[in-house]
Amino acid sequence: MTNEAIKEFITAHTPEATYDETGEWLNIIVEPNQLKPLAFMLHGKAMQMDFLFCLTCVDYKTHLTMVYHLTSSKNRTINLVLKANVDRTNPEIETVCDIWRTAEFLEREVFEMFGVQFLNHPDLRRLILEDETAIAVDEKKEDVRETKGYWPLRKDFEDPINMIKL
Amino acid sequence: MYNETEIIKDTTELGPDGELVINMGPQHPATHGVLHLVVTLNGETIKKIEPHLGYIHRSIEKMCESLTYRQFIYVTSRMDYLSSHINNTACALLIEKGMQIEVPERAKVVRTILNELTRIASHELWIGAMAMDLGAFTPFFYAFREREMITDIMEDTCGARLTMNYIVPGGLMYDIHPEFQTKVKTFVKQFKEKVTEYEDLVTGNVIFQSRTKGVGVLTTADAISYGCTGPVARASGVSCDMRKIAPYDAYDRVEFDEIIETDGDSFTRYLVRVKEMNQSIRIIEQLIDNIPEGEFVGKTKNVLKLAKGEFYQRVETARGELGVYIVSEGGTTPYRIKFRSPGFSNLSVLDHISKGSKIGDLMATMGTLDLVIPDIDR
Repeated sequence: MTNEAIKEFITAHTPEATYDETGEWLNIIVEPNQLKPLAFMLHGKAMQMDFLFCLTCVDYKTHLTMVYHLTSSKNRTINLVLKANVDRTNPEIETVCDIWRTAEFLEREVFEMFGVQFLNHPDLRRLILEDETAIAVDEKKEDVRETKGYWPLRKDFEDPINMIKL
Repeated sequence: MYNETEIIKDTTELGPDGELVINMGPQHPATHGVLHLVVTLNGETIKKIEPHLGYIHRSIEKMCESLTYRQFIYVTSRMDYLSSHINNTACALLIEKGMQIEVPERAKVVRTILNELTRIASHELWIGAMAMDLGAFTPFFYAFREREMITDIMEDTCGARLTMNYIVPGGLMYDIHPEFQTKVKTFVKQFKEKVTEYEDLVTGNVIFQSRTKGVGVLTTADAISYGCTGPVARASGVSCDMRKIAPYDAYDRVEFDEIIETDGDSFTRYLVRVKEMNQSIRIIEQLIDNIPEGEFVGKTKNVLKLAKGEFYQRVETARGELGVYIVSEGGTTPYRIKFRSPGFSNLSVLDHISKGSKIGDLMATMGTLDLVIPDIDR
């Protein structure tokens, strides 16, 4: 399946989608509310993109970008990158963990590192970092939490105790 | 002399329906690292497993954002410390792809041999540790006898036994040891003689078989949905070997089989790894006499700068597919880096496949998933 055929197929479903072919793989950029229906469609019989091998988030200082790397277990040569820009102050996006089960843990990681709220996620809690009660006990960390939020992988995160600036 | 200790009769509180919640780890001999599992039991039957991670979280992704493209490779050795060569290779390949650096043939072949030696060493450690979890102590010594030869070869060549840091963007840090080829050949000869001993000790063992057959069954559909890779997925019939799908280094010129089994239970996962070791030996045999002469490192600039854009590189580690995702803004350090670690996805399936089994079977399931905790926490 060529990139042109994939683009045609997606445009028929989501006409607003934009594309970026500068990288190694085809990037599809959609609005956050269109992501879930498109993901569901890509997982379906026509495309069979049933293998979500990477889910992450990038902080671009003005907005956050959710990045989904998809491939098909039937044909591993097709790789797609699905992207959605979400608001930085109130990031919200629909969960995809009912389509790909692996997303459950990956979304929990993104939630605690970037503060993205995944709507309808079955169990959205911290996974790696210490829990919120433990953070609140430490006064210095509490200050960080109140002003900017405790999201370590965001670019404006500062931790005077544990981070060494080079 | 001693304080009279209070005898606690109720050590745990029973939940509704007689549920019992126990903590397994973070200090537990069978988790091989600091993995903390909260297991909800009904009698001896597992109802739910909840992993609590982060005891060895070093935030490697954040750390890499302030390290240059030459420096960040060394941090990745500390992720999956049993396949540090392969982690280094993934990072080096990504930079070479992003900057179009020409890698000499000699470096490519040596990298492939070292990657396969690492895979064998990792599987050897796994076979010993897993058998020990199930109560067999002897295989540990048998496995470490051969693993010791590999670590000696690594020590000669790279100067380190575990975190090698030998692979740099463009090739290798320095040339191989003069006795590298003879030592590898001795190892291959000994391994081929001794690998049958594992089969005698473990594979055909009745106790081992009855503890692993039919335990922790992972179906093909679940393996795909949970994003499992490596021997775990291949034991469930999913073809996912990155060396076949997207060959890197010298994998496109060697012949080897991708081991795929369909049963998906713990015993099959064991079999896949043993067969994989034999395939690794096959790859080494094809390459060891054909190491090309010439340069061991390509010409690179002192300061590496990736062009603006996004890069992704996938390699096959001993545990599965490792992905390195870099967003570059054109500077000397990555803007954002993400490591897609195989252990993270393989761990997420643990709750699903051990639900309904007995707590004793959890050791077999966890052992054959081959979890390395620093790889999961990162």
